[in-house]
Amino acid sequence: MKTADQTLEEILGLAATHFKVPREKLSADDDFFKTLNIDSLQALDLLTRLENHFKVELPDYELQGVSDFRTLAGRIQSRL
Amino acid sequence: MLDLNAYTCLGAALRDALERWPNETCLIEADREREKTRLTYSDFKEVALPLTRALQDAYFAPEDRAAIIMTNQSKWLISAYAIFYCGGVVVPLDYKLTALEQLQLLAHSKAKVLIVEYYLWRAMMQAPEFKKHAVKTVLVTEAPPGADLAGAFRWEDFRRKGDPAFVSRNREDVACIVYSSGTGGRPKGCVLTHEVYLEQCKALTAWYPFWPGVRYLSILPTNHAIDFMVGFLGPFVCGACVVHLRTLRPEFVRDAFVRYKITYVALVPMIVKNLEKGLRAKFAELSAPKRWVLNAMIALNKLLVGGRPNVELSRKLLPQVHAAFGGELLALITGGAFIEPSTMQFFFDLGIPVVNGYGLTEAGTALTLNDLKPFRADTVGKPLPGVELRILNPDGDGIGEVAARSKTLMSYYLDDPELTAETIVDGWLLTGDLGRFESHGHLQLFGRKKNMIVTAGGKNIYPEDIETVFDGLPVKEYCVFAANYIWPAKELGSEALVMAIRLEQNQEFTEALKEDLLARNRKLPDFKRVGGYLIWDKDFPRTASMKIKRNELAAQIGGNRERAQAVVSL
Repeated sequence: MKTADQTLEEILGLAATHFKVPREKLSADDDFFKTLNIDSLQALDLLTRLENHFKVELPDYELQGVSDFRTLAGRIQSRL
Repeated sequence: MLDLNAYTCLGAALRDALERWPNETCLIEADREREKTRLTYSDFKEVALPLTRALQDAYFAPEDRAAIIMTNQSKWLISAYAIFYCGGVVVPLDYKLTALEQLQLLAHSKAKVLIVEYYLWRAMMQAPEFKKHAVKTVLVTEAPPGADLAGAFRWEDFRRKGDPAFVSRNREDVACIVYSSGTGGRPKGCVLTHEVYLEQCKALTAWYPFWPGVRYLSILPTNHAIDFMVGFLGPFVCGACVVHLRTLRPEFVRDAFVRYKITYVALVPMIVKNLEKGLRAKFAELSAPKRWVLNAMIALNKLLVGGRPNVELSRKLLPQVHAAFGGELLALITGGAFIEPSTMQFFFDLGIPVVNGYGLTEAGTALTLNDLKPFRADTVGKPLPGVELRILNPDGDGIGEVAARSKTLMSYYLDDPELTAETIVDGWLLTGDLGRFESHGHLQLFGRKKNMIVTAGGKNIYPEDIETVFDGLPVKEYCVFAANYIWPAKELGSEALVMAIRLEQNQEFTEALKEDLLARNRKLPDFKRVGGYLIWDKDFPRTASMKIKRNELAAQIGGNRERAQAVVSL
């Protein structure tokens, strides 16, 4: 079982790779729409990547009202 | 289809639809690749009537209001049907709003019943304002076993035996209250009658008919006027089928086109643009000879089809492209925001017409629509049957404010006679949009007169509604505007919000202040954020009651400063 910190770290790593942003530019409380310069469709795309990585199903509604990496990590952690 | 002239209310028309096509499929609901629900019109009735009876037993009376906050799914339509059957008023609320905003609109609408999905209800329960909600009966769909529902009932268990009593309404009675926006400051609840919907449905289906066997893919939120009409009322009164997807991820949306052989779909321009990008990327991956063949076939299609779509021919010429959309798609319907003509042309050249139009919640669904006779990428079409449009005070180019008169206009804004009087004058709805008619009677739009923006995703944003997030910003005063309101652009697209800031005497715009601004901005959903700021060096003009005179301030700023020089991006 991964710890919450590990989950968060892996999300940041995946987001950096997928959207080609240096990892050191991302931090847990960043608004990912802004930092990654993505729209809501691209955020859904990120969710799909995270599903494949963590091997869990993340319904679209898990993104409702979520815009920072830490909250997203919490939502994923609760499904692991 | 049913003859809608024969009906006085939506409940009666829908009830007859369920009787007329008992064995046709009316609803399919899929979650990713899994089909969850498939209902015939007869099945729909079986599910809806026990819910209707339970609502009546819970003292839900004619004219009572019931709000629905759900993503697109079968229970949305079943619940709406039950409400209309009782003679009630449907209040469709946007599931994408924050829990606080939903609670505010619930309070404003005075809804007695709320029907809501569990995950949205859970978010509402966590809001501090939750305790104040005054909804009598709450039905929660899809709640996990053992979940705390804070006194709500499970939708699935809320059923009673026995026939409910059908309550008929008159055409002038209220059918829906639809919020066109105004969550923070001034809620704008458009009161729409049964007449509005019956007339709108008649006009739209006259140009774009549905019939049994048509499958409409419902992606735009059902609370949105377009989907409520073409993803519920339109298909139902024609015996057609609505397909709901519980995810909006592009890969599953693409699959759904093929799996369910979709006939029509309505999309916001942002998604149409996204589809265009995807197709262009696919085309670019083709080997040079294949790309040459594709381009040749597109050119041939353009030549043979001309200005009027011929879908059969296009399917033969470009089979792979059409197969990717399921092979039976007749048109992509788009609205709610500005669409680039080049995107519409791209799809038209492939033999997939994009039908665009122009409308606003205050006018039911649509005022104009392209009838594809011929296809025009540069206009929003012609007025629908029964719609009169006028251009007020046209300038030298014929451009002025669009005003509309039609049976499809709202009656008034709920509890806001002042705003109603400003918006509907002598029976004409002042749209606040700038347009002109070209020689063939098509309407062209040229931006907005009013202080608002519409995002590519079709969201209306009123600057005054988002100012509350900046309450307490340590400056003398501030005011948020649509940039085009200060600097009229007479064009669509590239809209942005800007904040005019007046600093205290001797105050400087520091990094800390900028950080504060950014932090508050982040609290807003991405589509509502302020894109830039400008520092203004005079006190804001105010009314006697100390409200900012927005129009005067905008004129002062616009008259003295150029947009490019004044605005600093955030």
